[in-house]
Amino acid sequence: MSHRNDRSLRVGALARVEGEGAMHVRVDGATVTDVQLRIYEPPRFFEAFLRGRGHLEPPDITARICGICPVAYQMSACLAIEDACGVRVSEPVAELRRLLYCGEWVASHALHVYLLHAPDFLGYPGVVEMARSHRDAVERGLALKKAGNAILELVGGRAIHPINVRVGGFYHAPSPDELRALARDTLRPALDHALATVDWVAGFPFPDFTVDHELLALTDPDRYPIDRGEPRTSAGRSFRVRDFEHHIVETQAAHSTALHAGLAGAGKYLTGPLARYTLNHAALSPPARRAATAAGLGERCDNPFRSIVVRAVEMVHALDEALRIIEAYEPPAPPHLAVPPRAGIGYGATEAPRGTLFHRYELDAAGTVVSARIVPPTAQNQPSIEDDLRRYVQDRLDLDDERLTSQCEQAIRNYDPCISCATHFLDLTVERR
Amino acid sequence: MTVTARPKLAVWKFASCDGCQLTLLDCEDELLPLSEHVDIAHFLEASSAVVEGPYDVSLVEGSVTTQDDVERIHRIREQSGMLITIGACANAGGVQALRNFADVQEFRSVVYARPQYVATLAESTPISAHVRVDLELPGCPIDRRQLIGVLTALLAGRRPGLPVHSVCQECKLRGTTCVTVAQGIPCLGPVTRAGCGALCPAYGRGCYGCFGPMAKPNTDAMVASLRSLGMSPADVARVFRTFHAAKPEFRAAAEQGERR
Repeated sequence: MSHRNDRSLRVGALARVEGEGAMHVRVDGATVTDVQLRIYEPPRFFEAFLRGRGHLEPPDITARICGICPVAYQMSACLAIEDACGVRVSEPVAELRRLLYCGEWVASHALHVYLLHAPDFLGYPGVVEMARSHRDAVERGLALKKAGNAILELVGGRAIHPINVRVGGFYHAPSPDELRALARDTLRPALDHALATVDWVAGFPFPDFTVDHELLALTDPDRYPIDRGEPRTSAGRSFRVRDFEHHIVETQAAHSTALHAGLAGAGKYLTGPLARYTLNHAALSPPARRAATAAGLGERCDNPFRSIVVRAVEMVHALDEALRIIEAYEPPAPPHLAVPPRAGIGYGATEAPRGTLFHRYELDAAGTVVSARIVPPTAQNQPSIEDDLRRYVQDRLDLDDERLTSQCEQAIRNYDPCISCATHFLDLTVERR
Repeated sequence: MTVTARPKLAVWKFASCDGCQLTLLDCEDELLPLSEHVDIAHFLEASSAVVEGPYDVSLVEGSVTTQDDVERIHRIREQSGMLITIGACANAGGVQALRNFADVQEFRSVVYARPQYVATLAESTPISAHVRVDLELPGCPIDRRQLIGVLTALLAGRRPGLPVHSVCQECKLRGTTCVTVAQGIPCLGPVTRAGCGALCPAYGRGCYGCFGPMAKPNTDAMVASLRSLGMSPADVARVFRTFHAAKPEFRAAAEQGERR
């Protein structure tokens, strides 16, 4: 370590996030002057090559933006295309979509809670090392992840880039018997694992750190938002999904291949588990609500380190919701509606595990995509993550570089940044001078 | 390759969605036992602990899209005993290889207000365009059973065998009624490499080719079949020009479809 007032720290690629990026912190004397979350994941230009594709193609193509949350992309894309074509799917189809989406929430949250984030709190470099002393917990986490994937595989055909989703619904509706066997053999035990997860993570040591960002999530009058809802913020702003481009403004910074988003007239904001919980906790299922209360979550959660507790609570909710849907399930007949093309613009938004995911497509009369726009959660959160890190580092300048670095990495993982999504990872440098 | 007592495995990422490396973490039942037999020495998505090379086996995900990537894949090759590419991006350039058929400068200006901030190459290329590849694991994403099969074979000192026949044979094995014959649904199964277990037809959907071309595909007959089922030349071109647009067999089929 060099002298406190003139030191620079460079660390290799930040681990246990999805994608590639870097973190650069500059400290002048006793003041943090700049924090950049540098996303260097190379761009893949989805919005550009979607132009000229047919209107039934975006769900399969945009799934490939993210291997961790492909269903989120498929669902937002379906809603947007159906909106453009003036089609609304039947409630049984919407319920089956929600079931598929619950599978992705459980698989993605179990991955983040157990494999990416818990090792930070318990002091291990990764899950394999953690398993040497916490074998039972890791096996529980893997069982949960497997349960989420089992939903994805039965309803979607496979866990990564499901093949059963189409604009208008599904190619094939699973049988009630298959789903009920899944509920009995896999999801009921997984619900117990999810409840045990809430207890486990609630006992982790959380730094005293809170944020006061405007929070944005979808809200649905009767339900915790997953597959639909209307955007609302903690400051009372609400708007229709089809107006999102008036409210969410993207800008570009030189240090990142992800666009940065802000709320028009208000700037940075946060989407994801903290926002969903704060705006919608009353709509959690009774077991999830009880688990949240027992874990010490109140009316709002504004400590990003406790997002791991919210993710655990959301796994309880998603499994409970999946069981509810299966209980009432009758195969939708037909499993999909025809969606004939027409010229127009359509908008869709759903709650990806990491936050609200907006899609917009403009179609011509033949259904050819004329333009596309995708606003993923990590791009929306990037300015807030940078702002939080500035404050977080400022209060911890007395730490040595090694500890400061590892705490910064943990702070970044609080947001479960999905950099593959945001560009459509991280090596960390702290420069002190 | 000489397999040491506990071989060192590395996982590398280039331009991709992370789904193929996630497939390794999706081996929930095998992950911990595997970690007893294999030293997972470099896998940033899963662990911040990094063991220096050389590595016995490198799994490489993603396509090459920047000058830095070109240099990095050479360094990885030098450090790797066996280099296995995983998935359509690493094998064929991925869906992002659609830029190869367009003007990347124009693409950049569509997505970014200040395109000058974004460094990228004109084409998205497979790993094999830059270094020697020992094995390609097909799929978008790869199949978990195939991944475990390959790693198990390597641990046992066997050369892994992967099918190069078509999805059609998997449908027959599975007992799935042909969606084209019975329902007139266009299906790329006759020219697509097996490995997924013929998933799409089992769900009443035509195969869309996400495992890439089989060995010596008869794309002439495939294009004719798709046309006779009512697909337009533009539709036929697009169906081949998606996740394996830069694979020579599918590239040629797309061009052929456009001409008819």
